[in-house]
Parts: sequence; C-alpha cells; structure tokens
Amino acid sequence: MREIASRMVTETVSTLLQDGCYHLADDVITALRQAYEREESPAARNVLVQLLENAEAADRDEIPLCQDTGMAVVFLELGQDLHLIGGDLYEAIQEGVRRAYAQGYLRKSVVVKPFSARVNTRDNTPAVIHTTIVPGDKLKITALSKGFGSENMSRLAMLTPAAGRQGVIDFVVKCVDEAGANPCPPVIVGVGIGGTAEKCMLLAKQALLRRVGDPHPDSEIAELEAAILNRVNDLGIGAMGYGGRITALAVHVEVFPTHIAALPVAVNLQCHSVRHREATL
Amino acid sequence: MKTISMIPRSVQLPLSEDVVETLHAGDGLLLTGVMYVGRDAAHKRMIETLEAGEKLPVDLKGQVIYFMGPTPARPGKIIGSAGPTSSYRMDAYSPRLMAEGLKGMIGKGMRSREVKEAIRQYKAVYLGAIGGAGALLSSCIRKVEVVAYDDLGAEALRRIVVQDFPVTVVNDIYGGDLYEEGQSQYRSTPTGRESGRSPCGPPRRPISPRHPPRI
Ligand code: SF4
Repeated sequence: MREIASRMVTETVSTLLQDGCYHLADDVITALRQAYEREESPAARNVLVQLLENAEAADRDEIPLCQDTGMAVVFLELGQDLHLIGGDLYEAIQEGVRRAYAQGYLRKSVVVKPFSARVNTRDNTPAVIHTTIVPGDKLKITALSKGFGSENMSRLAMLTPAAGRQGVIDFVVKCVDEAGANPCPPVIVGVGIGGTAEKCMLLAKQALLRRVGDPHPDSEIAELEAAILNRVNDLGIGAMGYGGRITALAVHVEVFPTHIAALPVAVNLQCHSVRHREATL
Repeated sequence: MKTISMIPRSVQLPLSEDVVETLHAGDGLLLTGVMYVGRDAAHKRMIETLEAGEKLPVDLKGQVIYFMGPTPARPGKIIGSAGPTSSYRMDAYSPRLMAEGLKGMIGKGMRSREVKEAIRQYKAVYLGAIGGAGALLSSCIRKVEVVAYDDLGAEALRRIVVQDFPVTVVNDIYGGDLYEEGQSQYRSTPTGRESGRSPCGPPRRPISPRHPPRI
C-alpha cells in the first residue's frame, strides 16, 4: 500500500493557499481581459483595468490580492489504497491552514461561536473540509480561500418540479440581481441543481472550482449556463456595480439527481478574486 | 445621468462641507490626507461608547472612515492588502456617526435607505473603493497607526495617511446613487428589478452557444 507522510499534506495545503492568495490564475486574468474588451461602460472598464493592475501588484510583491483572505475550504479526493502516516489527516490540513495564514501574512478572519462571543481563533482555523473516497492510491487536494463578501450572497431554493428550467434561471438571476454590487462583480456564478439541500449547496461551491468559462461537458447543461449568463449580464450591474455589460465572467452549473418531489437550486457566488489551487500527492 | 469624467479630481482630507457639496455620484476622486479605518467590531464599540454617554476615542468631525480590515504587514512594510469591505454591515451604525460629524465613508456595495437619507441630512458622502484591489490600494497608504481597540487585531480602529487613493462617489447629498444610475443605463431586463419578473416569462434572448469567447 502506498504511504505518504501527513506533513506532506500540511506543506501542500500551506503552499496552495498562499499561492492562491497572491497569484491570480491565468484563466481568471484571461476572463478579466476579455471582459475589459467587451465592456462599454467607462466606469466599469476603469475598474477592470485596476483589477488587472492589482493582480500584477499582488503577483510581484506577494501581497494578497484582497485583504479578505477568506475562510479556507479544502476538498479532498482520497484514494482508498493510500495510507497516511505520521498523524491525523484533518489535523495535518488544519496545520497547513495555520501555517499559510501565519507565514503568508494572510488575514485571520475566523471567529468561534458565530451568534455570541465572536472571538477570533487567531490562526484562521478551522478550515471547512469535504472528503470523497475514490479508487486509487493518490490524494488530490484542492484549497480555496473563500471571501465572504461573495459567500454572504449565497442562496438556496427548494423549487417545485413545476418551476422547471425557467424557474431555475429566474431564481439564479434574481440572486445575482439582489446581490448587486456586494459580491464584488464581475463574479463567477456557481449553481447547484438537485440532490438534497446540503448536497445542492455543495454542488454550487464545487462548480466554482472549474476553470473559468469552461462549459459543462453535457451540452444541455452548457446551454443552461449560457442562458443564465446572458440574463445575468443583461442586469447591467457591471464591475463593482458601477453599471456595465459584464456582471459575471461565467456561470458554472453542476447537477445531481434529486427526489421526485423536488427541484433544489443553490447559488454560490465567487468574486473576481478567485483563489483556489489543486495538487495531487 | 451626467457623463462620468475619467479624469479623477484630487481631494484633500479631512472633508469640509464646501467640498462635499461639490461631489456628485459617478465622480472619480483621488484622496490625499488623513482618514480613519474601522469595520464591524470597531463600529459596534463606537456606538456602545456613544450610547453609554461617553466620548469617542477620536473626534470624527469632518473625518472620513474607511471600512477595511487589512492583512498583516510583511516585515519592512507598513500595511498589507487593504481593500474595502461590504458597507451594508455598517448601515446600522453609520447614521449615528454622521450625527457626530462624520463626513465621508469609503466601502463597497449598497447602503440602506436610512444611510442614504442620513447622507443628505448631515451632508456627507459615500465613496466606493474597488473591492478586491487590496494590493493596489495598499500602495496608496503612507502611514498607519492604531488609535483605539488594539485588541481587535485586524478590526482595530486605525488612522492612516493616504496619497492619491482612488475612489468613486456613490451616494451624494443630492440623492445621487451611482449604483442605481449606472446600472439602469446598462440594464436590458424589461421591468424593474429581476425579482419583479414573472417566473414563467420566456427567455429574452436567443441562447448563445458558448461562454465568453476565449482569446
Ligand atoms: S468579495 Fe472577494 S474581492 Fe470582494 S472583498 Fe470579499 S474576498 Fe475581496
């Protein structure tokens, strides 16, 4: 059985989180450039230029792209034939988060007891961890720093099956519309359709991990993505909400079977400060 | 809506009422001078202080407050990434601070009706900075000191000196609102906010086959 040391996990998580916070990924830069070329609003174009300049400054000086370096969300695809040695897997991840936020001069934004004593944990732990067991002997780690300006705009609707495709589109567009300038547009719209309530929300978040603008491989879902994107960009919100043609860089939809009585739809928005990285050990 | 000038105007801080009167939604400004920095927790404490009948740790008359909580500074730097946070979370507190003489707020995102009314009543201004441009905005900050609530860490009340700090006027004393005006210019959704649409309406446009074209 293949073995890896838990400290490898710690180091990987720490590196992935820091990289994500300083260096805007190529797909996002390309999408921002395209948005700039297509945008007609001078105010929105001005914002897009500054976002590209911001990415350059962050990359050059290793200073976080955004001061909200988020809550860490870690996705694991753990091969069932892999054996971890030298410590607890989840503790290794939390240690990676601790290290990234301390050594990387990232902001610690996590508080305990959300509804009462909102005391900062001072090391940005705990991370939210989602694990899937898969065949094989590898461990794939995806680390996301999720800012809460956009996270706070998340919504879930348990639609009736009668609402259908149109109901899904209307709900998603309404969410982006109501969010307005708050989630730092241009955004990436993550949509989950199906499953149970919690599965649906997880799908919406996983949808954000796709390369920006890559359509879903299923053509029916890809068409839905394009239809929602059109409608979202008709809202006129524009970069930072100053008015413009480009409100979303992309819409990503993930789908899962659901119950005969249900049509769950979840929306999870990702601001332009897209910070996720993956590695396979 | 008047056309937005892409050439920003330089404005000195703190703000006088005369200057506030010249600001209109959509104006680009470059701010130079002193401003305060505080977000949720610092606002909560300031309001608790006022409610207890005590004095604020700083005099807010004519001042501007920036809703921001920076990342820690690297050694040799004075501050880390320093972009705005969402302003609506300060809506419950802002009118009270404007009553104390606060003249300007810098943040991102929409404000409540109460805040917009207080902006008119107290002759103040709400300015938008670019959310997620913390690395760029950080380079406009020349000096930083914590002036109160040190225990709040990233949320402590700070006084900073900025040079040519770029902002856009969002809400002015005349009721101007950049979000409403800017968005209505580019909105091609038929009636009001999307939420007002019939859920069964047909899609408005033919479906385009692909996402934004890739370069
Ligand atoms: S929504 Fe994103 S870009 Fe905006 S402040 Fe939060 S983390 Fe930064």
